[in-house]
Amino acid sequence: MKLKKSTVNNLISYGIVIVAFVVVQLMQGAGLISRSLRGQLVPICVYIVMAVSLNLTVGISGELSLGHAGFMSVGVFSGVVFSEWLMAAFSMENETMILVLSMIVGGLFAGIAGVIIGVPVLRLQGDYLAIVTLAFGEIIRNVINCLYISVDGGQVHIAFDNPNVLGEIVVNGPAGTRGVSRMSTFTVGFALVLFTLFVVLNLINSRSGRAIMACRDSRIAAESVGINVTKYRMMAFVTSAFLAGMAGTLYGLNMSSVQASRFNFDTSILVLVFVVLGGIGNIWGSIIAATLLTVLPELLREFSDYRMLVYAVVLILVMLVTNNPMIRAFFARITPHRRGEAGKGGEAA
Amino acid sequence: MRKTFLALVLAAVMALTMVCGAFAEEEAAIKVGLIGPMTGAAASYGTSVAQGAQIAVDEVNALGGIQIELNVQDDQHDPETSINAYNTLWDWGAQMIIGTVTTGPCVAVAAEAYNDRMFMLTPSASSTDVIADKDNVYQLCFTDPAQGTASAQYIAEHELATAIAVIYNNADTYSTGIYQTFEAEAANLGLNIVSVTTFTDDTTDFSVQLTEAREAGADLVFLPIYYTPASMILQQAANMEYAPIFFGVDGMDGILNIDGFDTSLAEGVMLLTPFSADATDELTVNFVAKYNELYGANPDQFAADGYDCVYALYAAINNAGITAETSTEDACEMLIAAMQELEITGLTGTMTWDETGAVTKTPTAVRIENGVYVGFDVNGAETAEATATEAAAE
Repeated sequence: MKLKKSTVNNLISYGIVIVAFVVVQLMQGAGLISRSLRGQLVPICVYIVMAVSLNLTVGISGELSLGHAGFMSVGVFSGVVFSEWLMAAFSMENETMILVLSMIVGGLFAGIAGVIIGVPVLRLQGDYLAIVTLAFGEIIRNVINCLYISVDGGQVHIAFDNPNVLGEIVVNGPAGTRGVSRMSTFTVGFALVLFTLFVVLNLINSRSGRAIMACRDSRIAAESVGINVTKYRMMAFVTSAFLAGMAGTLYGLNMSSVQASRFNFDTSILVLVFVVLGGIGNIWGSIIAATLLTVLPELLREFSDYRMLVYAVVLILVMLVTNNPMIRAFFARITPHRRGEAGKGGEAA
Repeated sequence: MRKTFLALVLAAVMALTMVCGAFAEEEAAIKVGLIGPMTGAAASYGTSVAQGAQIAVDEVNALGGIQIELNVQDDQHDPETSINAYNTLWDWGAQMIIGTVTTGPCVAVAAEAYNDRMFMLTPSASSTDVIADKDNVYQLCFTDPAQGTASAQYIAEHELATAIAVIYNNADTYSTGIYQTFEAEAANLGLNIVSVTTFTDDTTDFSVQLTEAREAGADLVFLPIYYTPASMILQQAANMEYAPIFFGVDGMDGILNIDGFDTSLAEGVMLLTPFSADATDELTVNFVAKYNELYGANPDQFAADGYDCVYALYAAINNAGITAETSTEDACEMLIAAMQELEITGLTGTMTWDETGAVTKTPTAVRIENGVYVGFDVNGAETAEATATEAAAE
């Protein structure tokens, strides 16, 4: 039986994640995983979800988004406040339950932010989305810096630029979230990665997905056959924002304190780097790039002061190597089905 | 060919055994981790603390007796990286942590350390959130509220100003924390705040804030901010020929070491800091001399904090009888008990700790004159040292 190319690619994506999960679980059982790596498992899941969801916007929909960290921060803060509220209002104790519900709420808030931005901007042609998402990322960060949110029993109080709010402060202006009960686990992170893959891959290989790619490849041609361009671009963009919000909640509930300043332009670019290095439009490439580039700075601790210098050099080398025609040709020879993939990546870029 | 290979292998084996032998002979040292930003925007603080701490560790090890091994890890002033650094130190077998240097990451790491029962002494993370509800986290620096309150009291006591303007970073925990307490205390003391303006991390143009301060007639501008924006504010104030008294807090420390910053702009700036490099006591003089010799600059307050941290831990380790074999959890309980009974005189004053982990010591104000800190006294009794001036001018 000959499988379709897209099916093979999908299976690779799922396969990588599941095998990685099983291997990590086995190693953890055998006590082979260092504390340093164990601490990075949840962030790795978060960055994979971020990269895959951004790939949906950048690779599949062909829009440049420079504010992906902004959606993440919306997810962080809404998710964290919601989780505290759940615990205070309903005295819920099942952490996985709270985590999953909070992730959904975090995703919804980020999705709403996506709609607000998408509605005016996605109607335009050209690179406006890049500029607006860039601005969004900065605005949301500065707004959250002025927010003071507390949970008092079942009530949530929100104040702007005024730290004197009733009850237990959860979001403390620039000091960020405070006293968060850390619930994120690697298993839930793994489930979120699978969910993201499921959503993104199914969207790509659906009727809507083909419409989205048609809009990317030629807007005029797509419109001429009756595709509602704005609608399909919105679909990709909002899905991407929703998933980033979920990843944000997972991130926020993984640390006792997160500041809004963490989600600056640099973080958006970092995620974009994962996407570009993994191959624009290539989902499993994003997964690998996100994992490696998250772990890499920690592996380079040997170099102490020169760590970030080496990191930058490695990035450049990876960029050069993956774009070297000879090396690409070599890989194309040993893996025949990738020839088409390389061509597709080139077009999307 | 084969012979060469064999020879190489044998040589390698010999070299390895020698290395192993060398390690075995060394006495087991107490493992102390240090976390701080060695790269990135806040790198000055981290490197200063690490350098100060290293001097203290070398001194302690030279005494014989208890040996300390210091492992410095970079956190880039980012909570996520800071937790990674902490985990790396945990893997290494750290028995206690000095750090983290900056506030945001420290809150995140302190929660981890509390769960693991790892003792932490932070040289400079000043938020109350750092020590809140954690019995194993201690501070060597003043808390933000203490700094804001002390600044207001100092200004009121010495009648430095009739009209005060405040420019603070409302995207920064440290800055906002100090401003809030400063404002509260200023209201108590009847200080006249005429202008309050804010900025965020990316701001490079402060003309709006400065113009507003000037138009409000402020004769003192309170800057509870880090030194990088402070240097820009000083530059731009000089350009618009606005010369009030600039009053900073410990984040301003380090302003004289910025590359390319014209230190003459900082003339007359006052800041509240527990350490001044021109103090004449023996401890400070020795430390400043050593620091200059090793790193070619005058130490700032962060270096002094790092130095004091090591000595505080050293004293606590001695009192509690901790050895290299003591487990991290046991060391934590022993240090908590020891710290509360400790009274130590270091570079940054005489310090005692209560059970919350907060330190008690007296702040002093310094004024920048001829490129060095000068202990400031309201009567104008000032002392500068030629050696210090020379070093800072380099």
